[in-house]
Amino acid sequence: MTGFPIIRIITKLLIPYILLFAFYVQFHGDYGPGGGFQAGVIFASGLILYGLVFGLHAIKKVAPPIVIEKCMALGVLIYAGTGVLTMALGGKFLDYSVLEHDVLPHWHVPSGQHLGIFLVELGVGITVTAVMTMIFYAFAGRKQV
Amino acid sequence: MTLESVAGLYNYWVVIFLMMTGFYIVLARKNLIKSVIGLNIFQTSVFLLYITMGKVEGGTAPIVPPAIAAAQAHAAHGSDAGHAATPHVEGAHEVAHAALQHGGELASTTTEIIYSNPLPSVLMLTAIVVGIATTALALALVVRIREDYGTVDEERILELDRGE
Amino acid sequence: MIDAIFAHLPILLIVMPLVAAPCCVLTGNGRAAYALALVVSLLTFACSITLLEETLVHGVVRYELGDWSPPYGIEYRVDIFSGFVMSFVSGIGAIVLVYAPLSVRDEISESKHYLFYATYLLCMTGLLGMCVTGDLFNVFVFLEISSLSSYALISLGRTRRAPLAAFQYLILGSIGATFILIGIGLLYQMTGTLNMGDIAARVPHEHGPRTVLVAFAFLTVGLCVKMAVFPLHTWLPNAYTYAPSVVTCFIAATATKVSVYAFVRIIFEIITPGFAFDVLPLDTELMLFSLVGIFIASIAAIYQDNVKRLLAYSSVAQIGYMLLGISMATPTGLSAGIVHMFNHALIKGGLFMVAGCFALRLGSVQLSDWKGAGRTMPLTSLAWAIGGLGLIGVPLTAGFISKWLLLTSAFEAGRWPVAALMLLSSLLAVVYIWRVVETLFFAEPSEAAANATEAPLRMLIPTYVLIGATLVFGVWTSYSAGIARQAAIALLGGTP
Repeated sequence: MTGFPIIRIITKLLIPYILLFAFYVQFHGDYGPGGGFQAGVIFASGLILYGLVFGLHAIKKVAPPIVIEKCMALGVLIYAGTGVLTMALGGKFLDYSVLEHDVLPHWHVPSGQHLGIFLVELGVGITVTAVMTMIFYAFAGRKQV
Repeated sequence: MTLESVAGLYNYWVVIFLMMTGFYIVLARKNLIKSVIGLNIFQTSVFLLYITMGKVEGGTAPIVPPAIAAAQAHAAHGSDAGHAATPHVEGAHEVAHAALQHGGELASTTTEIIYSNPLPSVLMLTAIVVGIATTALALALVVRIREDYGTVDEERILELDRGE
Repeated sequence: MIDAIFAHLPILLIVMPLVAAPCCVLTGNGRAAYALALVVSLLTFACSITLLEETLVHGVVRYELGDWSPPYGIEYRVDIFSGFVMSFVSGIGAIVLVYAPLSVRDEISESKHYLFYATYLLCMTGLLGMCVTGDLFNVFVFLEISSLSSYALISLGRTRRAPLAAFQYLILGSIGATFILIGIGLLYQMTGTLNMGDIAARVPHEHGPRTVLVAFAFLTVGLCVKMAVFPLHTWLPNAYTYAPSVVTCFIAATATKVSVYAFVRIIFEIITPGFAFDVLPLDTELMLFSLVGIFIASIAAIYQDNVKRLLAYSSVAQIGYMLLGISMATPTGLSAGIVHMFNHALIKGGLFMVAGCFALRLGSVQLSDWKGAGRTMPLTSLAWAIGGLGLIGVPLTAGFISKWLLLTSAFEAGRWPVAALMLLSSLLAVVYIWRVVETLFFAEPSEAAANATEAPLRMLIPTYVLIGATLVFGVWTSYSAGIARQAAIALLGGTP
């Protein structure tokens, strides 16, 4: 893709904003519309755009498939781990109210319901990003028949 | 059946139309990709069925407007002043509870706010994820089928199988 | 500590395999993943047995997810019926895993092993989740988890037909699941709740409003696809035939049974037998379809040359027996249906394991390649014979218990023709089982069979555990038919 300077440059300009918007949707999901799934899809779309324009080889350097594969699992573990953590702290599975704490109250460290949903959405976001990218790899990596 | 009752249920007509379109494509398929597309249309009709179900006439998005939320927080704070010293953990539940009660009163006294039902939309978020997973898996299978058979036409594939 | 774990049992049942699945992916190593999967499935089995015991002693076990009280939150609810189903599902899941490694090494490429075990655990999560949850939408989600993972598992088969079979199953299965989703949506529209108990209390039955009727129709058709009831069974033979042996063992023994479980739950708790069977003629229709299905599928099984396909058609027929029992809607009939779920899971799991042993040693599941294998692989062949006797329903085997109960309930209901047809259909089972037995013991050995050696103990022992269980539960029925009867009475007693 060396012959399309406009596409390359516009892509380079766009990708940071796509990723930034993904983070906004992820972390503002607690206050407004948004959340892990949407953010994950947006983030992955940034990666996939990069892959489409600069080629599979380039994107695999940025996000190696082996890392992506582990991230798929990691996200689910964060989600389920939050539930197990609440159980270990004496609540029911995913009972976020046991996550109340008094660590650094002035720094707005989220607590309770907020922290719980934050962690769960983080797990969802990581998994969705990884899965979407993996789907792209799975299809883009096939040879021509 | 008056015209009004037919036109008033327009969302169901849309759902039924999409559902039947999708279902027909799936059943009358020859091409594997097309049947995946049909399946998608079919599932989309169900998303619409749920989402239109959650809409309440004149209802807004189920997010508490900031002004009301601030008023509630104020009211909750005022009534819970005595409890302010209690530890954070216990307080949280009560504050939330009080806020709910006060919020209800406030809403009924100041302005009547009708919210749409968010639950069907939430359910559909899950169903959309399931739909994506299904589509991705189906397409992955189609890719493998095409690599093995060299075609995505189902009749041709069955012919190849019989020829073995 | 023990008490704390005890209180969380219903959720642990889901969380353990759910956590173990991504851990399998993280290890990235087939052996480590296998060890983890085996340990977790054994733990899950222990959990479900404990839960079953708890429900037998203390009644229904409830667990509120996230401490949100139902009907607002999701409630997990284990009663005798669900405890019974989840016990045999997790038990067979564990036994199949013990049996798995050699067969998996033979049939699936090394680089995919850890993903295979992860998917297997996810499938188990979905199936157990369907049993444990008391929330209707949750049933759909778990159904999709188990279905999606089973499509992926089936597509791992060696031949190029495996992806095609998985694809056909996916299309039909997704239509079924979407039908279920529509049904759930309409019920939610009527009642404004998703908690099964709450829906049952609120749904209006008397005049049979059209929405309930339509919801009921969608749910029935959707679940019939998943159960592979006769005219909607077309996905099943290909899927079972081309899937890897281990996958077939697990899915054939559990997946359709769990769908039957969901069907019974919905019919008897939400729709109520009064509405389904008295106002609507569901009982006659189920009986008709199951009888036609039993005969057509059994006859189809007789003409199969591929043993896995033969067993698959036999599975379609056996689903017919379960529905036949359920359609009686009497305590005896319902308990016959429930106990047949269990017995058939044991028998069919065992028989598919035997087929897997032959596939490992002979490299084929074509009947013509099995000729004379009874001489070189006597133990494996004997397992087939015993399992086959169970499938026919010979006394002293588990199959006899369920058939006996079915016959009794048919007599109780005064349905002589049904009883006669059932006996006749058992003869068809004799034919297809005998065809294989004859080929194994009395045909001249084929070249492959003459050079074959007995299946490895690693696979024979789990096979004999399941086959032996069919003999044990054919004699000692307090833990199969006894529990099934209690479950049936609870299901019927819970309705007015």
